[in-house]
Amino acid sequence: MTKILEVTDVSKAYGGVKANEDISLSIDQGSIVGLIGPNGSGKTTLFNSIVGAHPIDKGSIKFNNEELSTLTVDQISRRGLLRTFQQTKIYGQMTCMMNMKISKKLTGKFSDMFQTIPKEVEEEAEQILSFVGLYQKRNLRAGELSFGQQKLLELAMALINAPKMLILDEPTAGINPTLINGIVDRLIKVNKKYNITLFVIEHNMRVIMNLAQKIYCMAYGRILAEGKPEEIKNDKKVIDAYLGAAH
Amino acid sequence: MILLQAPFLNLQALLDGLMVGAIFAFVAYGMALVWGVMNIINIVQGEFVILGGYITFTFYKMGLSPFIGIPFSFLLLFCLGFLIYRTIIFRVVSRDMFISILATFGISIVVQQLMNIGFGSQVETANSGLGTSFLFDGNITLSHIKIFSFIVCLLGASAVIYFMKTSKLGRAIRATAQNARAARILGVDTEKVYCYTYAINAAICGLAGSLVAMTYTLHPYIGLPYTVRSFMIVIVAGLGNFPAVLASGLGLGTIEEFSAYTLGQEYRIGFVFLMLVLILVYRSRKLAKKREYLK
Amino acid sequence: MFADFDKKELTGLAFLLFLGISTPYLFSGYRIQMAELFLFMVYASTWNIQGGKMGYNTFGNIVFFGVGMYVCASTQIAVAFPLGEWTAAGGYKTFVHTPQQYFLGIPLGILLAGIVPAIIALIIGSALLVLRGHYFAIGTLGLGIASGEFATSLEIIGGGQGMTVPFWPKVAGLPHTFLGGGVNFFFTLSFLLFLAVFFFLRWLYKTRFGLILTAIRDNEDKAESMGIPTMHYKVTGWVFSAFFMGIAGGIFGNINGYIEPTEVAFAGATVGVFMVLMTILGGKGTLWGPIIGAFIFQLFKEFFWTYFLGWQLVALGALIIGIIIFFPEGIMGMLRQKYPALFGEVVDEEARLAQVTINTDD
Ligand SMILES: Nc1ncnc2c1ncn2[C@@H]1O[C@H](COP(=O)(O)OP(=O)(O)O)[C@@H](O)[C@H]1O
Ligand SMILES: [Mg+2]
Repeated sequence: MTKILEVTDVSKAYGGVKANEDISLSIDQGSIVGLIGPNGSGKTTLFNSIVGAHPIDKGSIKFNNEELSTLTVDQISRRGLLRTFQQTKIYGQMTCMMNMKISKKLTGKFSDMFQTIPKEVEEEAEQILSFVGLYQKRNLRAGELSFGQQKLLELAMALINAPKMLILDEPTAGINPTLINGIVDRLIKVNKKYNITLFVIEHNMRVIMNLAQKIYCMAYGRILAEGKPEEIKNDKKVIDAYLGAAH
Repeated sequence: MILLQAPFLNLQALLDGLMVGAIFAFVAYGMALVWGVMNIINIVQGEFVILGGYITFTFYKMGLSPFIGIPFSFLLLFCLGFLIYRTIIFRVVSRDMFISILATFGISIVVQQLMNIGFGSQVETANSGLGTSFLFDGNITLSHIKIFSFIVCLLGASAVIYFMKTSKLGRAIRATAQNARAARILGVDTEKVYCYTYAINAAICGLAGSLVAMTYTLHPYIGLPYTVRSFMIVIVAGLGNFPAVLASGLGLGTIEEFSAYTLGQEYRIGFVFLMLVLILVYRSRKLAKKREYLK
Repeated sequence: MFADFDKKELTGLAFLLFLGISTPYLFSGYRIQMAELFLFMVYASTWNIQGGKMGYNTFGNIVFFGVGMYVCASTQIAVAFPLGEWTAAGGYKTFVHTPQQYFLGIPLGILLAGIVPAIIALIIGSALLVLRGHYFAIGTLGLGIASGEFATSLEIIGGGQGMTVPFWPKVAGLPHTFLGGGVNFFFTLSFLLFLAVFFFLRWLYKTRFGLILTAIRDNEDKAESMGIPTMHYKVTGWVFSAFFMGIAGGIFGNINGYIEPTEVAFAGATVGVFMVLMTILGGKGTLWGPIIGAFIFQLFKEFFWTYFLGWQLVALGALIIGIIIFFPEGIMGMLRQKYPALFGEVVDEEARLAQVTINTDD
């Protein structure tokens, strides 16, 4: 198996808080990998480091064998590594369609600024919106969508750039159970049909057990355990730190 | 260069700077009050000052001592502030800040033009009749009215602070500044608080204006620089911290006097506005580094 | 070119074209007011790029206006005479431009009146556009006044006394009103400038650029975190405004015939606020809002100047307060609330209420 993402010894501190310490992990091309851990254990921080949203203190992050830690968010996203946010970030005053059009990356040249949005982008956006079930809402202002629908819109906004790998920060948090099933289904389809590698932070154990082939568990800024879902589920350290006795 | 060669000029600029700085600080304190409590940047601040000055000047013009004008400037501006709140400001309190900036800008144009019509566009001063001390063989001049206005500003500010700390209204104002909604739930009539806050600020400006009239000069169109100075002092010092406001005010006064002595008086106002831009840009560069948008 | 215009826009444009073309013949007594009207539309439409589309409320666009005015006039003078001597001697009373000199100066002056402010916008934009919200508003306010003070202290352009602009030339053998005379000439320039701005903005707002301006207003941090270089867009937008405002300043200087720093060129308390007000009155963030706003505002202004002489600025201040308090969404905002369908907004209740269900069998 080729590795699409390799993180080696990454550390990141906010002032005195060591949010990530010597994190190492690797993700196979085409797989779905989960990341679990208690709140504040540094999961979001790790994601931010990977997409280049902040500089890391030490370590290396390789995407398709290319070092990312010196690149900007924009450069990294153009290489096909995209993310969604734990707290949704959408343009609330604009319609879903406009949100999609803005998200579509063009060549990155200065002349992009003055291009009219091509018709194909609009068609593509419509397809993706219907893929995530938002087609009917395409002309509504994004701010009017419910939180769960905004998460779906964010997913769609990432998908329109045909990423090689998507990293998703709590995609089902705050979403009702029926919609969760739909989202899980979509994520599997994204992975299988479009061959997009997924790296997912998730608190819903049922979801992550169904979804992931491999799971990392973090606590106190470090990787506590890694393994197949069943192994993680029964790991003593993980139960103590995160899952609790009920599981 | 000229400053290094002339130690007396240095001392003179420093002295003048501190004197005028106290007035700036006093006016800025009022602006911080309104800003902190009502979340409004009061662009008409400077016009209030100048109008307060013209009220005192009117007494002088009638042949009376301008000192009689001081309480009138204070009280009339209090009433004017009250009135403006009840007619206009209350409609913009909870709205977007740009709305209140424009609304108070509109008021400032009206006040400015009315002063122009009422008092004419010549430069005026209300001569206090107090003397001037000459120190160091006459190398340093210090007019007594400057000392007087310096002391009045400090006393005035102390009185306002004492009032905020001890009176019932003062406590309500401070509670509203902390958290308006919580204050409302606890039974504070925030509408009344806003109204008095605005009126007190206007009164502060009126008092400061009467000092300006006797110490410096009046002209219908020089209000805005006072607004801008207050704004600068407040963003440097923060809201609701009087020692910091005083320090920034004195600092600004001194810097301004020095620039006026070195560059020439005609560049004074331009310098003030340039400084505003520099302070703002410096501040936002610092903030941009801290900005958090990653979660 | 007009293929994608709908009926409303065509009607509006036809009306403006009618005004622009017929004024010299039908309303020749109002040519100056009409020139001012078209310039007002330019001020408001270009202010709208920042204040309306992008959410950056600026009081600083008056700087470009003032700089453009001085640059244009100075160029017009300098093609024929030393600038310093002209201002010292009281201008056209002493020096007279030949027609060749005059008509060389006009295009050159107007070109530079666009370019110099654009360069200034590029430079100060990179520094000032990091300011957000009201800090940007007050920072630019300071900039406008500082510029006026600076111009007051520049002797070569007449300092606080100001300077005159070259007079419409006399051509031997032609009546003084050849080409319709100076008034017609500058009226036509104002009208053409307005048309250029209108079509330019109409195109601009349809590109990715327009979309991203809106995105910046909506959620600048998001745009940044998506890797959109927002600063490029903000600065470029300001450069556009500066270019057109500069040219407008150049034309207005010629119409006014006389330039002075604080009340004509860097007139923050009048023109600087008018452009904001007109845009708000018409409706921020729309293409037509500033145009409608300028039209109504000009009617008010003429009314005040006619009936409240001496008190006109008081009346204007009161108008500002009134509009801000009672009409902050503007005419377009009001129409949009009443007739959302006119604005292409879907009021499809079904879409709003539709449950999102994901079809799992495809
Ligand atoms: N921008 C920041 N500045 C300072 N501390 C931060 C910042 N972001 C996160 N932290 C701290 O880093 C730790 C890890 O946070 P985070 O990565 O968000 O955790 P998780 O996503 O696992 O819940 C927490 O203690 C949090 O308070
Ligand atoms: Mg998190």
